[in-house]
Amino acid sequence: MVKELVVIGGGPAGLAAALSARENGIEDILIIERDVQLGGILNQCIHNGFGLHTFKEELTGPEYAQRYIDLIHENNIDYVLNTIVTHISEDKVITLMSAKDGLYHISAKSIILAMGCRERPRGALNIPGKRPAGIYSAGTAQRLVNIEGRMIGKKVVILGSGDIGLIMARRMVLEGADVQLVAEIMPFSGGLTRNIVQCLDDYGIPLKLSHTVVDIQGDKRVESVTIAMVDKSLQPIPGTEKTYECDTLLLSCGLIPENELSHQLGISMNQVTTGAFVNESLETNVEGIFACGNVLHVHDLVDYVSEESKQAGQSASLYLKGLQNKEGKDIRIVTTDGVRYSVPSTLNVSRMQERQIIRFRVGRVYRDAYVSVYVDDTRIKHLRKRILTPGEMEQVLLRSDELHPFENIDQITIKIEEV
Amino acid sequence: MYDIVVIGAGVIGCSIARELSRYNYHILVLDKNSDLCEGTSKANSGIVHAGYDAKQGSLMAKMNVLGNQLMPKLCEDLDVSFVNNGSLVLCFDKTQIECLEELKQRGISNGVKGLEILTKEEVLLKEPHLNHNVVAALYAPSGGIVCPFELTIALGENACSNGVTFQFNSEVIDIKKQELSYLIKTKTGDIKTSIVINAAGVHSDDIHNFVEQDKIKVIPRKGEYCLLDKECQNLVSHTIFQLPNEYGKGILVTPTVHGNIILGPTAVDIDDKENHQTTKQGLFEVLSKAGLSLIDVPTKQIITSFTGVRAHREAHEFLIEEAEHAAGFFDVAGIESPGLASSPAIGQYVANMVTTKYPTSKKENFISKRKRIPTLSELSFDEQTKLIKENPLYANIVCRCEMVSEGEIVEAIHRPLGATTVDGIKRRTRAGMGRCQAGFCLPKTIQILARELNKDISEITKTGEGSYYITGYNKEDI
Ligand SMILES: Cc1cc2nc3c(=O)[nH]c(=O)nc-3n(C[C@H](O)[C@H](O)[C@H](O)COP(=O)(O)OP(=O)(O)OC[C@H]3O[C@@H](n4cnc5c(N)ncnc54)[C@H](O)[C@@H]3O)c2cc1C
Ligand SMILES: Cc1cc2nc3c(=O)[nH]c(=O)nc-3n(C[C@H](O)[C@H](O)[C@H](O)COP(=O)(O)OP(=O)(O)OC[C@H]3O[C@@H](n4cnc5c(N)ncnc54)[C@H](O)[C@@H]3O)c2cc1C
Repeated sequence: MVKELVVIGGGPAGLAAALSARENGIEDILIIERDVQLGGILNQCIHNGFGLHTFKEELTGPEYAQRYIDLIHENNIDYVLNTIVTHISEDKVITLMSAKDGLYHISAKSIILAMGCRERPRGALNIPGKRPAGIYSAGTAQRLVNIEGRMIGKKVVILGSGDIGLIMARRMVLEGADVQLVAEIMPFSGGLTRNIVQCLDDYGIPLKLSHTVVDIQGDKRVESVTIAMVDKSLQPIPGTEKTYECDTLLLSCGLIPENELSHQLGISMNQVTTGAFVNESLETNVEGIFACGNVLHVHDLVDYVSEESKQAGQSASLYLKGLQNKEGKDIRIVTTDGVRYSVPSTLNVSRMQERQIIRFRVGRVYRDAYVSVYVDDTRIKHLRKRILTPGEMEQVLLRSDELHPFENIDQITIKIEEV
Repeated sequence: MYDIVVIGAGVIGCSIARELSRYNYHILVLDKNSDLCEGTSKANSGIVHAGYDAKQGSLMAKMNVLGNQLMPKLCEDLDVSFVNNGSLVLCFDKTQIECLEELKQRGISNGVKGLEILTKEEVLLKEPHLNHNVVAALYAPSGGIVCPFELTIALGENACSNGVTFQFNSEVIDIKKQELSYLIKTKTGDIKTSIVINAAGVHSDDIHNFVEQDKIKVIPRKGEYCLLDKECQNLVSHTIFQLPNEYGKGILVTPTVHGNIILGPTAVDIDDKENHQTTKQGLFEVLSKAGLSLIDVPTKQIITSFTGVRAHREAHEFLIEEAEHAAGFFDVAGIESPGLASSPAIGQYVANMVTTKYPTSKKENFISKRKRIPTLSELSFDEQTKLIKENPLYANIVCRCEMVSEGEIVEAIHRPLGATTVDGIKRRTRAGMGRCQAGFCLPKTIQILARELNKDISEITKTGEGSYYITGYNKEDI
């Protein structure tokens, strides 16, 4: 079987990318999803707060996903469920596997990677202690509680203040558990401010910054965890240990983009995001293969996932129609002085859209600082920000007419400048 | 009434049970845990040592070298992953090269074949990621690696297929010597037997001391490890040891048969035999000492850490004999490293001891081979297609990291000595052993276990009683 465009992953990224490709004239599209339904991780995010940017209203995760799923149906875009992609070859032959159809190949002219991410495990954090039952990653807990309707603990400590951890703190309280605290090793939270207010403050759950788990007790099930304060180099400070009796430890320690397939393809990967390097069209170094959503870099808001993925769909359609501009050169986007990475990581002026969004994250909290953009040595943007935090993705908008006056640009630099 | 009761379903108990199942004995294996391979056999380095370490003339040396020779064939028969990857003992100090020479001579007199001292250049040619401070190394081509759970479970399954009964959740709390038999008291009832084999690992002293007036003592000695992601596959291909020096025994770096890298173990004597705690100091020691062997330790790639407890005796020698004052009671005690490597030899040695003293006939229909659970990720496209046609459950991927399917998990539950716990599934199929450490597959594994065992998910545990996952229904405590 040959397909014009194959989208791998039926989460918000894949759905938005497929829709946008259709809007841009691509007929022959297939979305491949390994789960029993479309919607990706949104299906287990039953709280509200989705869609404020996209739909100007507050939806739950499943509601947000449903808006897109409805559009997929209205547009008669093909998809297969319960089907996992196990391999992609460099010449874009995709291996699929499902109980219904067995093992088969599809050959694609273009591919959009939208596989989302998985959660980072305890080992990645090197938390010492015992290894009883009762230690869950927050997303696993979210699935058991929200989808199965089953409680996974009565007295809970949470490590990591990423959004999923914050959301689960509130969820556990709402379902009848006692959440003792959220500990965060960094001196700032990894989550959105609005989640700290709505999920912790409103429920009186303490957030202990610069604290981490130094021991886990319990042979069969968690019986207690010990938390200690850490110093500037993130090392526990002796004497600050405090032990909390609990039966559950939730870990919200970040996500790992699900890039097994990208590795097979020899796509060059960014060490910081662990996602692919992409240009302004969200195209990877392998021609005709695009990436968007959490598989590219971890997003906090699904609205931005949809926005980004729309662009991937557009780019794929230009590629398929042979309309991709081949002129110009890829200008490196350099990120320094507090900016950890950017997506895209290169930009071609003759190919870019009128308005190009550059998304990035900072490495620490900044107050009253500037986000500056330099074209070679010329500063073209100097945007004052009241606060910048690692937990919130930032973006700057570059218009093509801002870049046109420059000739032979060597690099574009994004950095934080403090007053 | 049994002819033989083996206490302990670790690699040693299972190996002995399998060897004895060649004969017409009525055999029971008892374990206090909910599954086999829940003790030391689940947390070790998985090295099939060549045999140059143990003291000349010791039983340990004999068992190690013989075990090393028997391992490839045993693993072939039982369809267990084994790789003869060879090992290197690194020396970082010119003045210590004679220690390498000593090690080599000891190896030769223990009967180890092919030992060779390599120059720095030769070592770095074999292993380019090693620290360039290395000055020489002892190369042992017969060193290997094996998956310790696969081996233990395969031995157990095969023993079971040959008529051995296994009983779990049965802690032995006392043993009474009777006139011509033993009465084994467990938490779940009494068991009568003619012969007792004590293969209780770190608790082998307790079991011995129940019946024997000459007491023994096992010192639990803890070892901590870090496990690295498969992305680090190419870091080393041989097992890399460090020559013991003033800083102690050194930390090894080795690939596992499944393509991960392990770093460890530390060696600290502890009081509590069940203390499987990892510590900050331990993990720090592992990483810093591994840094002596490697140019760079990829600490960002750690996916888990764990602890094993060795059954150390002061004599540092295996105790394998019939108790002096208790006929029919056989000790297989203090089986510390290289216990895993020695396990095939210990099985035969003990079976030989028992059959010589208490002879019986051989079974005619002994099944010597066993097949592993079909492993999707190891198969070719055509083989996968065939497997999925026969059983479509093999197309449902449950563990994304290790590509383990529902078919494999269901098979793990229903084969002889099938899994009843999440850890049991993990050790039989690798579901949950990959880079996300079961974050993705845990809910599904729990559900499959519940469905196949006709239980509610609240009855599914990690490692047996008390290690439950589900505490109730949403909102029931409000
Ligand atoms: C646990 C969790 C909680 C979150 N909570 C919030 C929140 O409260 N608010 C908010 O705004 N954002 C939240 N987010 C972020 C937001 O939901 C995500 O950014 C968004 O869902 C990402 O969309 P995606 O399509 O990139 O990934 P996903 O939603 O993860 O979708 C990826 C899809 O690809 C499929 N897939 C992967 N690999 C394959 C393969 N090989 N073959 C076939 N299919 C495959 C997966 O099954 C999945 O359906 C959360 C994210 C997570 C992980
Ligand atoms: C850190 C470390 C690294 C090692 N590395 C290697 C290596 O690389 N190569 C090598 O060859 N060897 C190695 N070893 C040694 C090897 O792991 C052991 O020798 C081997 O696993 C011992 O097996 P076992 O069956 O005697 O013990 P176990 O696997 O501990 O089995 C004993 C069983 O007895 C049961 N039991 C105990 N008491 C009772 C009771 N009262 N009632 C009922 N059941 C009971 C336990 O539940 C347990 O299942 C290492 C050991 C450690 C700790």
